[in-house]
Amino acid sequence: MSPVPALCPLPIPCPSLPRVPCPSSCPVSPCPSLPRVPLPIPAPCPLPRCPEPVPSQAAWCVLPSRVLLVLTSQKGIQMYEADGSVLVYWHALDVAEHPPGNAAPRGAAGSDPPCAAGTSSGPVLVFDIPPKGTNVTVSEVLEQHGAAITDIAAEQGRDGAGGLVSADDAGSLCVWSTGEEFRLVSKVPACGCTCSSVALWHGTVAAGFGNGQIRLYEAASGRLRAQVNAHARWINALDLAPETGKLLSGAEDSFVHIWKLSRNPDTDDIEVSWVRRSCP
Amino acid sequence: MSARTLPLLFLNLGGEMLYILDQRLRAQSIPGEKARKVMNDIITTMFNKKFMEELFKPQELYSKKALRTVYDRLAHASIMRLNQASMDKLYDLMTMAFKYQVLLCPRPKDILLVTFNHLDAIKDFIYDSPGIMNQVDETFRQLIETYGPLSDGEFQLIRQTLLVFFQDMHIRVSIFLKDKVQNSNGRFVLPISGPVPWGTEVPGLIRMFNHDGDEVKRTEFTTPGNYVTPQREGSFGLYGDRVLKLGTNMYSVSRPVETHMSGSSKHLASRAKENVIPNPLAKEELNFLARLLGGLEIKNPSGSDTGFRLNLFTTDEEEEHAALTRPEELSYKVIDIEATQEPARREELSCMLEELEAAEPRPASSGKGEDLLALMDGL
Repeated sequence: MSPVPALCPLPIPCPSLPRVPCPSSCPVSPCPSLPRVPLPIPAPCPLPRCPEPVPSQAAWCVLPSRVLLVLTSQKGIQMYEADGSVLVYWHALDVAEHPPGNAAPRGAAGSDPPCAAGTSSGPVLVFDIPPKGTNVTVSEVLEQHGAAITDIAAEQGRDGAGGLVSADDAGSLCVWSTGEEFRLVSKVPACGCTCSSVALWHGTVAAGFGNGQIRLYEAASGRLRAQVNAHARWINALDLAPETGKLLSGAEDSFVHIWKLSRNPDTDDIEVSWVRRSCP
Repeated sequence: MSARTLPLLFLNLGGEMLYILDQRLRAQSIPGEKARKVMNDIITTMFNKKFMEELFKPQELYSKKALRTVYDRLAHASIMRLNQASMDKLYDLMTMAFKYQVLLCPRPKDILLVTFNHLDAIKDFIYDSPGIMNQVDETFRQLIETYGPLSDGEFQLIRQTLLVFFQDMHIRVSIFLKDKVQNSNGRFVLPISGPVPWGTEVPGLIRMFNHDGDEVKRTEFTTPGNYVTPQREGSFGLYGDRVLKLGTNMYSVSRPVETHMSGSSKHLASRAKENVIPNPLAKEELNFLARLLGGLEIKNPSGSDTGFRLNLFTTDEEEEHAALTRPEELSYKVIDIEATQEPARREELSCMLEELEAAEPRPASSGKGEDLLALMDGL
């Protein structure tokens, strides 16, 4: 099968991609562009007047038994086998359900076990993925956001339960505890500035905003613990290295900065320090 | 991709076109009467009520080909004629200028300020014609109504939709090269100095808080940039100081504009071709074009006004040379629409087409979308 043009024909700068490591031993996460995977042409689009769909986000959903490629576009949420050979599941978004022109789902994260994807009207869909086969179902619909979901990040907890954070266009963040059922743990109210990218690390939420600020919040309470005037333009992507607590931010001001997150053992304060930046 | 991008694309490109035409009309010493007539006719056509209605409907952006055709017709809405080479150059300049403005917008929302800058300038061109002024004001109000409530994220999506449209266009423009805002490889330079966008802080400060919300620590880091706090925010109202300079007229009679074709071809080698997979919506696109052009009321030039030809180059020889040496990849392949599926439109379109001197022989008229597609394949 001849390769189809690249999955993510995104212009520079790229909208943020979620942070799940690739199945290959790629040290950089997220990949600025995913490997070219031959894709079958999806089924005819049920939406009227829909040109060739441009994927808005892509993520690897890494489960114990399988890895799925999750794509979001105006056609809805599509899941493929990791080699792109089979369309496993397609959650079409009904144009009638959402405000016209807003059917594009955004924000996808895969973690063990939930796989969640956001939509442009606010609900976050959580999928239950079987170890094999195509019997994917929507297990939960989380409705706390009033604006389009921009990014989702997840973390595996220590005792089996994990955490998920979803961010939206209005700058609001919701922290959920995962497990049997999803439960809202805390909510950061909307600040009027888009939260474009979010990461979760050891109970700390790192959020990048359209005004160039990075804010760190306590996941359990939603309280602001640190504020970094990091960039002069829109932050496109955040990525976090879970082993070291190093945070990477890339923005439209053409800079990439590396920060170090840490927790003060005495005061339990979250600390962040600047490490280095890319050369101009 | 955003379905609200087309009005912004059309109005801004139209604004740039008017800046360039105004400069060339003066450089070529076209008599004031004629020049004013041309500008008035084009602006009247652009802001035609029916046309604006079609434009503001939520829809996806269509191909460069389709859009180029609209501007071709628009530029010929009056007594002025442009040769293919001049029209190509005009379109190159328009698109590169707007691409620059979109890329350098400090906030995604500022794209609206860029649009308002263009409209403010258009209002200056037609200050003595209250009829057209009303139309422009009406469009202004529609812009404020449509785009006023959008969030930052929605503006960013619009901006990204525009950038995808301009992707792989790296034509070098002499004014940009001279001002060092464009590199010799055609890429624009992102500045790392100047005022930060409204709502952004100058980078450098880190503040840390305890769980009572008190600030407990403050550190700083340095950046090579030389950023300053902005003075004030631009106005999003019908009138006002926009503050942002992007979208204002950068041409003047003394600064001739040139584009450089040589060297750009190697960058196009890697460009993905449009419509590799046969596009089942090509027919939709043609219907859209037909509706849009049907809404364009091209006036019949009255007998007493003698037409004239505008040259975007400094001499006729230069124009001829440009036509001969334009790289194949950069040809715009303008669509020749012969008929539409809506009988009501057919008459208007053929009227419009009759006014123009067709340079190429016209294929036989047909009434079906499929035949139109075949026509396009023949280009």
